[in-house]
Amino acid sequence: MTEPAALATEPLFGLPLADLWFGLVFFILAMFLFLDGFDFGVGALFATREDDDERERLLAAIGPFWDGNEVWLVVFGGALFAAFPSVYANLFSRHYLLMFAILGALIVRGLAPEMYEQRHDDGWQRWWGRAFVVGSLTAPFFLGMFTANWVTGATSIVTLPALVVGLAVVALTVVDGVAFLRLKTRGDLRDDLETDGYRALGAYLVLVVAALGSVYAVEPALRSALLSAPVLALVLATLAFAGAYAAATRADRYYVALGAAAGLVFALVAIVAGLMYPSIDRAAGLTVETAIVSTLQLNLMSVGAAVLLPLVFVYFAVLYTAFSGPIETGESY
Amino acid sequence: MIDPVLGSRLQFALTTIVHIIFPVMSMGLAPFLVYFTWKDIRTGEPIYEQLRRFWTRIFAVSFVVGTVTGIVLEFEFGTNFAAFSTTAGELFGGPLALEGMMAFMLEATFLGIFVFGRERVGNALYMVSAVAVGLGTWLSAVWILIANSWMQTPRGYELTTANGHTIVELVDPVAAYANPRFPWMFVHMQNAAVESVALFMAGLGAYFVFRHHVWEYPVENVAFWETTLKFGLIALLVTAPLQVLHGDLYARHIVETQPQKFAAMEAVWETDSYVPEYIVAFPTSLDQLLDPRAKEIFGIGIPGGASWLASGGDPQATIQGLEEFEGKQPPVAIVFWSFRMMVGLGFWFVLLAVWGGYRWWSGELLEDDLLHKALMLSTLLGIVAVELGWIVTEVGRQPWVIQDVLRTTDGVSPGLTAGEATATLVGFAIVYLGLLALYTYVVVRIVRAGPPDGDDLATRDASERPASEVSADD
Repeated sequence: MTEPAALATEPLFGLPLADLWFGLVFFILAMFLFLDGFDFGVGALFATREDDDERERLLAAIGPFWDGNEVWLVVFGGALFAAFPSVYANLFSRHYLLMFAILGALIVRGLAPEMYEQRHDDGWQRWWGRAFVVGSLTAPFFLGMFTANWVTGATSIVTLPALVVGLAVVALTVVDGVAFLRLKTRGDLRDDLETDGYRALGAYLVLVVAALGSVYAVEPALRSALLSAPVLALVLATLAFAGAYAAATRADRYYVALGAAAGLVFALVAIVAGLMYPSIDRAAGLTVETAIVSTLQLNLMSVGAAVLLPLVFVYFAVLYTAFSGPIETGESY
Repeated sequence: MIDPVLGSRLQFALTTIVHIIFPVMSMGLAPFLVYFTWKDIRTGEPIYEQLRRFWTRIFAVSFVVGTVTGIVLEFEFGTNFAAFSTTAGELFGGPLALEGMMAFMLEATFLGIFVFGRERVGNALYMVSAVAVGLGTWLSAVWILIANSWMQTPRGYELTTANGHTIVELVDPVAAYANPRFPWMFVHMQNAAVESVALFMAGLGAYFVFRHHVWEYPVENVAFWETTLKFGLIALLVTAPLQVLHGDLYARHIVETQPQKFAAMEAVWETDSYVPEYIVAFPTSLDQLLDPRAKEIFGIGIPGGASWLASGGDPQATIQGLEEFEGKQPPVAIVFWSFRMMVGLGFWFVLLAVWGGYRWWSGELLEDDLLHKALMLSTLLGIVAVELGWIVTEVGRQPWVIQDVLRTTDGVSPGLTAGEATATLVGFAIVYLGLLALYTYVVVRIVRAGPPDGDDLATRDASERPASEVSADD
């Protein structure tokens, strides 16, 4: 047991807390990309449905969840800020316009379903339906750009890896969204979604390969990391999750398919973290060791996270259990 | 093109001034919703189901807009105030992370059940959800106010150097997080949120009561609006006097911890004793409006009042004047007038509470049309008072972003260009005006639609209610 007086000088239980927080920050990012990812995917698939009733069912499927899912992004920002404040400052100010593009997309995506339900005339719903689709496509696209630029240390916003990773993340959210919707709907709608899932999966695999290739081409400093064993293992894991996703979708095993989608997301985020470590902001020359906060603050934050994050999982378990299975429209209040 | 420093400050001002409206609504509604849910479950009376369902709609839309505008604020510390974030991140980032994990997660997950899950979960879990949502909104305030209060009264840190930057390092977590300002801010803010919602409820209730009873223009569900008016009045009777009394003590704490902010609130330039308190002040020229000086202003002053306020009872007490803080004056006019308007509104709310309480007690609550009009006019004034209070707090701390540690001008992102700052400032001005318009539009629609009634209410209530009550309701 660490003595209280030693809190200021020694990491709790001698743990490598700086590295654990690096991992935690990316874990939280992956949770966001998986959970809000299917909300984004539902938004993209919204564009493919013409029928009013089907559209209502898509909105009802994410209604109780999306707000909680988006909070993972808030916690991602908070965790990065709390553990690596100089990275938070450098990264966010360097990608100034991109950050506001993400925020703008999230505002549109968040408001659109709320507005869509307010009135039932065609013009209004067409407009807010489009806004929902645009917000749901652009938010993951910009987020993918941000992540790619973070890894490569790009100082400009529009780079080749950024564009390809942006598209890959959009495809991934559709894969994720299909898996989630097949769990939450039934009948023709559920059957129709199967093909969308295969198409999005194919696009994602092509784009991931293109993304890794573009990073290889553009950023010589990352070439050895790209060919390192952990990163290659994660690429293989991506292929395995893709296979599992396709097989589970074909066999109508919805939970397995959603799990495989989660695997794809976590593998992608792990590739990002793997390419970066031990650096955490190449453009600013910051590493995990140099950017971490003081030992005292790190110990306190670690205790806080160790107590609170398991509780967060309980909240999500309660929420998703309460709304398990297909959701009917017209449920509220 | 606007200067990046000025642009960042204006943008943060704009985005916080708009954002705070939504947390005020959700924090203020939280205790009401917990109570309505409890009564709905316990009694099964339709009025509580109506109250719960109607105010949950307002809560839900406030929460959504609050979420999307809140993320903007969190990100702006990184995008626009990178130097501040690098310097203060160790003490400032922690509370934000804990707010997310402890409060926001609790609120956002259980809100899903609270809004969409009445038919899906049992009474116990539904009640737990109401409490969890309410608790989440208030815990959010705890962490946000810990972060903000530390900027007003920074404690428990040492200045050190990391990666070539001067940064604050945490040395005493208790002193830093339980800093002297925090309890003052928390009580003042939470009470203000409930008071604002009380005024909102009373104002809406008064409008429909006025239409029905005074105008004799029949309103559906008038009983619902009468009850809403009464709940608003009860909450106002508790919160309005508390806010004024607490504010008086809070002012003394500011004298001790931020004397130049207090001097700006009172526009006292020269250090003096027996300083009067101008409870009513009128600018008689543009000069006095833009550059108020307590000694020259035309108003009604209580002799020794400001000294009395500053010292806790001594009218002869000395107040340090702004001239003692060379080059460190905040924009006095904004602080002085905002403070006066906030205090004036605070007393107006006490008057409204007493007036309404008296009319209710004498059985004339539904007939006093002047009271109805006063309440209607005050519907949004609680929120206005909150805005004014935050302007006093934040503008009054200038030129510091962290009192006596870091100037605001030194906190802005060094690489930010005028073009970027201009683009986002203009963008936010447009988007946030649209956002406010949409929020207003939705709230007005919810109010016009009124509470759910008739067949829309849960059938279990109708079958369980005694027949007399059913007919009285119809």
